[in-house]
Amino acid sequence: MSYPGQFRVWRGDADGGALVDFEVEVNEGEVVLDVLHRLQATQTPDLAVRWNCKAGKCGSCSAEINGRPRLLCMTRMSVFEQSEVVTITPMRTFPVIRDLVTDVSFNYAKAREIPSFTPPADLAPGDYRMAQADVERSQEFRKCIECFLCQDTCHVVRDHEENKESFAGPRFLMRIAELEMHPLDVADRVPAAQEEHGLGRCNITKCCTEVCPEGIKITDNALIPMKERVADQRYDPLVWLGRTISRRRG
Amino acid sequence: MTETERHDYDVLVIGAGGAGLRAAIEARERGLRTAIVCKSLFGKAHTVMAEGGCAAAMGNVNDNDSWQVHFRDTMRGGKFLNNWRMAELHAREAPDRVWELETYGALFDRTKDGRISQRNFGGHTYPRLAHVGDRTGLELIRTMQQRIVALQQEDYAAAGDYEARLRVFAECTVTELLTGDDGAIAGAFGYWRESGRFVVFSAPAVVLATGGIGKSFKVTSNSWEYTGDGHALAMRAGADLIDMEFVQFHPTGMVWPPSVKGILVTEGVRGDGGVLKNSDGDRFMFGYVPDVFKGQYAQTEDEADSWYADQDANRRTPDLLPRDEVARAINTEVKEGRGSPHGGVFLDIASRLPADEIRRRLPSMYHQFKELADVDITAEPMEVGPTCHYVMGGIGVDPDTGQSNVPGLFAAGECSGGMHGSNRLGGNSLSDLLVFGRRAGLGAADYVTGLERRPAVREVDVDAAARMALAPFDPVGGQGGSGSGAVGENPYTLHAELQQVMNDLVGIIRTASEMTAALGRLAELRARLRGVVVEGHRQYNPGWHLALDLRNMLMVSEAVASSALLRTESRGGHTREDHPVLDPEWRHRVLRSRCPRIPGDDPVVPHVAVEPAERVPMRADLLALFDLTELEKYYTAAELTAHPQGGTV
Amino acid sequence: MTATVRDDPRRVGARGVDAPGRAAVGARTLRTDRWWLPPTATTVGLLIFLVYGGVRAFQQQYFFADERYLTPFYSPCVSLGCASEPGSSHFGMFLPDHPLIPYAALSLPFLLLFRLTCYYYRKAYYRSFVLAPVACAVPEPHARQTGETRFPLIMQNAHRYFFYVAVVVSLVNTYDSIVAFRHPTDGFVVGVGNLVLLTNVVLLWCYTVSCHSCRHVMGGRLTHFSKHPVRYWLWTKISALNTRHMLFAWVTLASLILTDLYVALVASGTITDFRLVG
Repeated sequence: MSYPGQFRVWRGDADGGALVDFEVEVNEGEVVLDVLHRLQATQTPDLAVRWNCKAGKCGSCSAEINGRPRLLCMTRMSVFEQSEVVTITPMRTFPVIRDLVTDVSFNYAKAREIPSFTPPADLAPGDYRMAQADVERSQEFRKCIECFLCQDTCHVVRDHEENKESFAGPRFLMRIAELEMHPLDVADRVPAAQEEHGLGRCNITKCCTEVCPEGIKITDNALIPMKERVADQRYDPLVWLGRTISRRRG
Repeated sequence: MTETERHDYDVLVIGAGGAGLRAAIEARERGLRTAIVCKSLFGKAHTVMAEGGCAAAMGNVNDNDSWQVHFRDTMRGGKFLNNWRMAELHAREAPDRVWELETYGALFDRTKDGRISQRNFGGHTYPRLAHVGDRTGLELIRTMQQRIVALQQEDYAAAGDYEARLRVFAECTVTELLTGDDGAIAGAFGYWRESGRFVVFSAPAVVLATGGIGKSFKVTSNSWEYTGDGHALAMRAGADLIDMEFVQFHPTGMVWPPSVKGILVTEGVRGDGGVLKNSDGDRFMFGYVPDVFKGQYAQTEDEADSWYADQDANRRTPDLLPRDEVARAINTEVKEGRGSPHGGVFLDIASRLPADEIRRRLPSMYHQFKELADVDITAEPMEVGPTCHYVMGGIGVDPDTGQSNVPGLFAAGECSGGMHGSNRLGGNSLSDLLVFGRRAGLGAADYVTGLERRPAVREVDVDAAARMALAPFDPVGGQGGSGSGAVGENPYTLHAELQQVMNDLVGIIRTASEMTAALGRLAELRARLRGVVVEGHRQYNPGWHLALDLRNMLMVSEAVASSALLRTESRGGHTREDHPVLDPEWRHRVLRSRCPRIPGDDPVVPHVAVEPAERVPMRADLLALFDLTELEKYYTAAELTAHPQGGTV
Repeated sequence: MTATVRDDPRRVGARGVDAPGRAAVGARTLRTDRWWLPPTATTVGLLIFLVYGGVRAFQQQYFFADERYLTPFYSPCVSLGCASEPGSSHFGMFLPDHPLIPYAALSLPFLLLFRLTCYYYRKAYYRSFVLAPVACAVPEPHARQTGETRFPLIMQNAHRYFFYVAVVVSLVNTYDSIVAFRHPTDGFVVGVGNLVLLTNVVLLWCYTVSCHSCRHVMGGRLTHFSKHPVRYWLWTKISALNTRHMLFAWVTLASLILTDLYVALVASGTITDFRLVG
């Protein structure tokens, strides 16, 4: 059941690099990461690839396969034709370190900018009571394995380096939604979502939802509900009219 | 020699899994400057793979539960080999640790009255596992990761620097612990995976939280990080390991396709109604209830099935026996020719629950089989077989503080030993991480606060560590010891051979002759390691990283094989074909592994010596929690005189 | 890593995936699938509807058939011109009859705006018309991206108000489809046209109710579902429909065209409405 597969793997670092052709044996039931491991063991021992659990649970092995952001460990070789050349590159939104490994520190910096969970001040540990119905929305977002594929595919930062400063990306806008919908979080997270984290830049083209390996409905369940909450607070035309008039008078 | 980055901290935590993060949170909350070093990115640790839940006797689902019941279950699961003080602390403190996570923002599944829901699991008398679907480990990691971010935000608000008192060094590997002149911990030496540059940490306290050793085995549920770093670092720094012969093989790992062989299938499948069947369609576990558990498990399929609905009136299904029993049973079924097509047995949930319910309760299992094996678990049974999952053995520590026999060296989680005895119950790992992660962080904080003088890092040690780390680029020069292996060895080949040796010769079922053979092969691999050459340069070079990790794997493998050879009985995660029964004379003995530091020993992989010692007898009030008749199955008569029912001498 | 190469003149000022520091892959996209197909299909589909709808809205004839079928493109018929088809106006006639004012000028602009600001259609035309981005991981051609932060796109936030109007119009359409069962001389009748109108109105409701704003207003804005069981129930039902919002968006475009076409063909005498009852 094995066959010689044709692969093009990007090799290089921040100084430059190129797609390099390899022929590697492919066996039944394998995923792309298995092939890269065979490549390491037999042809390129120093091929840099980040991975960890190899079961789609840790979100380490994010890369782009035939131009699409994917987890290397969850992309089965059986989805390709045997004669097809499979092209593998690092994620193209983040600075490259070496070969398939990118510098994802952008994401950790964004994570720090979101104020953490804020429970009621007088609630003691053990006294937390939450209904299942109330935690389910946030639980969906907490399935996130932080593979950052949504951050990678989002054109707001992928195609616009200059937006990185003002845009948290789908993963962290979803984190804000998670806290906003947390039944015991007392902070108001709506104004900051729009003003500091760039929710308004999102134009809901759903690429984040398409790539999510956990199948989280990022756009429908996190981003759009957040946009609606922003509309609640800020884009009510009547409120806007009232504000505009009072500003003119002042 | 090479440019080296230096950092000063009060507490250095190595490993960013559940135990490491909890230890770091505690140390930082006690006001100490704390660093976390981890081999992966922050938030990717192997804890995310834990599925079923976190055991804590909160009594939310069944209010008969209490810490005493949890303690008893834990001791029974470990076949009374556990460090009883650890088991006690664990059972008493686990609920507080779980509740604390809620204050950090964790969202566990809920009961109808809004409390944390709890599920059944193998070996636990009552529903006890706090869980979030089947991704509880991810919830723990993310929650503590976010707690660390919260603490960093506090520091930013106070000092304008997120990393003022708590910093994460991600993708950084520690290769050596550094000790001062008096042998106490002074710091650690490591390298950045990204650049290959060296880092020296000066810190009077180090908390090891590096997890397990599974990557030395071929079929394993463990990730690449599980190379026994903490175990080996501790031994090289002078600490003792205990119970290294006890390795848990989880009964249900995936067996097909080959590339995913070993990946875990959560015990939650059985907790929620899944049953094991052989190729004849028989629920074979009814034939494997051992004598010590007779009377505690259902004897008929009807009774077992009724138990899911009414747990007070029925006994539980033997599908939920402790993991060691189930793993051995599957092993036997396969050996006797009643296995599934790919060499496992069938785990059937499809015929037991409606498809929607399966997808709701076990979403990641559904996803995992669909994506990786093209199997729809709501329509067909899974094929499963044993996989190396957890090492019960580890660094011997003081139960209350987590300190090892090296001053300033602390350990928590899987890399520490004693808590789980000869076999860990499912769900006791996540709670172990929280309880002893916190205690180790606290122990380290107290130790540092009470210190009069901080041991200084010795430059000669730093230079030696740097030379050792660079040796694979130039295997001929540099190192001491007589290299008998050929130059030009490939680290990947060596690793594959090590995994094969451990899997075949030191696996689930062991014999003296196989383990002697294994030790011979390990000695050979050790010699060949000196000839390993890596290509390329130091920047993110996985071949080099593996070459360095192999040092640790070889040391730990030797500790496992040597300990397993010495223990001439079968118990928990250690089954000897040539000594098939449990021997009370072995219960009170512990095997300690350490580096004897023989002059002229190989500095790359020093030899490991294993010696037996006596265990501390259980405190009388804890002993009294058990019936004498039960204890008599495990203890020698002389040990039971302290029991209130009056053991006969 | 070194400054010299990072300042490579070929890459200075390079944007997006070619920005300095990112992997120099060369190709703008390496996608090998037919990623251009969905946006092309979207463009074609939307253009067909716009052209058809535009022509019909200004045609000002063939909008009322068999003295009871009013096409949704002319509902509510409030122009003085509606008098040409007695019985077509259910809510009075007051707008001037002018070739540039559609007979349903009261509803059409809002329906257009409802769809224009709809979260699904936004995705569709941002991809296919604005090319931002034309497909995932395919670079967009724009030098800057401000998303929906500025005028006019900031007006997308008014979607909910167009939703409210759309509900009113859907009620009007529902009324139209019910009164269509009554023929001025034959009394209660059921023709194929009734089934066409009814199907269309059911689909319009599906599209309108599955709207993201509706989902938010009905329950999504709540933090504690458990304290509002009725709204929670509504939210779960709307959420289930909402997952098919895109489907309804397209199906209703088709059903609107087909319904209108049916009415126009009957009104022009090209075909005869087949009566099932009466």
